[in-house]
Amino acid sequence: MNELAIKELLYTLADNQLILGHRNSEWTGIGPILEEDIAFSSMAQDKLGHSLAFYTLLHELGESDPDTLAFMRNAAQFHCCHLVELPIGEYDFSLIRHFLYDHAEAIRFEYLAQSSYEPAAKVAAKLRGELKYHLLHANTMVKQLGNATAESISRLQQSLNYAFPYALGMFQPSPYEADLASSNIFPRESNIQAQWLESIQKILAQTQLQQTAVHTISPVLGGRLGQHSEYLQPLLDEMAEVINIDPSTEW
Amino acid sequence: MMWTKEEILALLAKVMDPEIPVLSLLDLGVITDINITQENQVMVRMTPTFSGCPAMEYMRRSVEETLTEAGVQDFKVQMSFDKPWNTNKITANGRKALQAFGLAPPPVYQVVPDLDILEHIACPYCNSTNTILRTPFGPTLCRAMHYCNNCRQMFEQFKPL
Repeated sequence: MNELAIKELLYTLADNQLILGHRNSEWTGIGPILEEDIAFSSMAQDKLGHSLAFYTLLHELGESDPDTLAFMRNAAQFHCCHLVELPIGEYDFSLIRHFLYDHAEAIRFEYLAQSSYEPAAKVAAKLRGELKYHLLHANTMVKQLGNATAESISRLQQSLNYAFPYALGMFQPSPYEADLASSNIFPRESNIQAQWLESIQKILAQTQLQQTAVHTISPVLGGRLGQHSEYLQPLLDEMAEVINIDPSTEW
Repeated sequence: MMWTKEEILALLAKVMDPEIPVLSLLDLGVITDINITQENQVMVRMTPTFSGCPAMEYMRRSVEETLTEAGVQDFKVQMSFDKPWNTNKITANGRKALQAFGLAPPPVYQVVPDLDILEHIACPYCNSTNTILRTPFGPTLCRAMHYCNNCRQMFEQFKPL
């Protein structure tokens, strides 16, 4: 078992879920309608639960405890992609990000449930049921708003164009990708990206949204290797504001 | 004295879900193993329902408190994904309790839940199936919101997972 490769994979999965979970939680109390406020808050809670499950696996491999991993690292130690770091923007952007991200995440969890690394397979087999509800939500809203009014269609279209280079950054390969693939722990990111494109196209084809040709877009990379957007460190500072007042306090 | 599995089961039958106080943890299906070692140590294994459910830690503590109050001196309560939970594990008794509480029970499904089973859930108030799913997210992670076209009320469902 290649422990470094597994740890890097677990950090990437956990950090993406944690940061998007926090971003989704910023809709609590200000959602455009009550149902969407609750939906984003619920998905935030699920994603924090998913990150906890992966941080717990890391802890079992000798890393710090989950709270320390979540709150006491700086941006350069995070492996998340830029897509999840971006501010929530307006609702159309948050919806499109959630749609693009969760289609990829659902594919990842299906592969992970088959992984030869059994602890992660058990976690993924359990958590993928929750992700189905995230996909159901994303697809329902994108289909509704992607066919509704001229304004809703043009807003979603602009957000889709803006988010797409960041979304392609989700598929930055692990430095250990060849090891992970050959030992049947996790497939190559290019496989996941190809399936993801098919998966989102099936939904987009049922809307009036247009998707630009993928080969003309350069992905925004770096997050997996610790190079982040300007938005991550301020978010981490905010997340750790309370714990930093007195890190030794028992809660 | 040596504890028996039956005695521990009887104690745990009284521990209720904090958010659905009519449903015991046994009927919810989150207690996956009870094992008593030769040294009389009571081992209880539990499994989470929804991964982000804030009530899980509370449930674990309730189990520990119940065992302590009953005089069980040596015990260990562990959370594990080894036998993952799903809504098919809610017992028939638990389903009746949910229904009486006004929460539509999750349909029992074969192998993998298809989200089509979220449509036309029987209304817990009037039993009509002329209902629609309004949103798969409700006041807690485990609940979806439906509307009954017959009695014209919103109702909640323990959603299938």
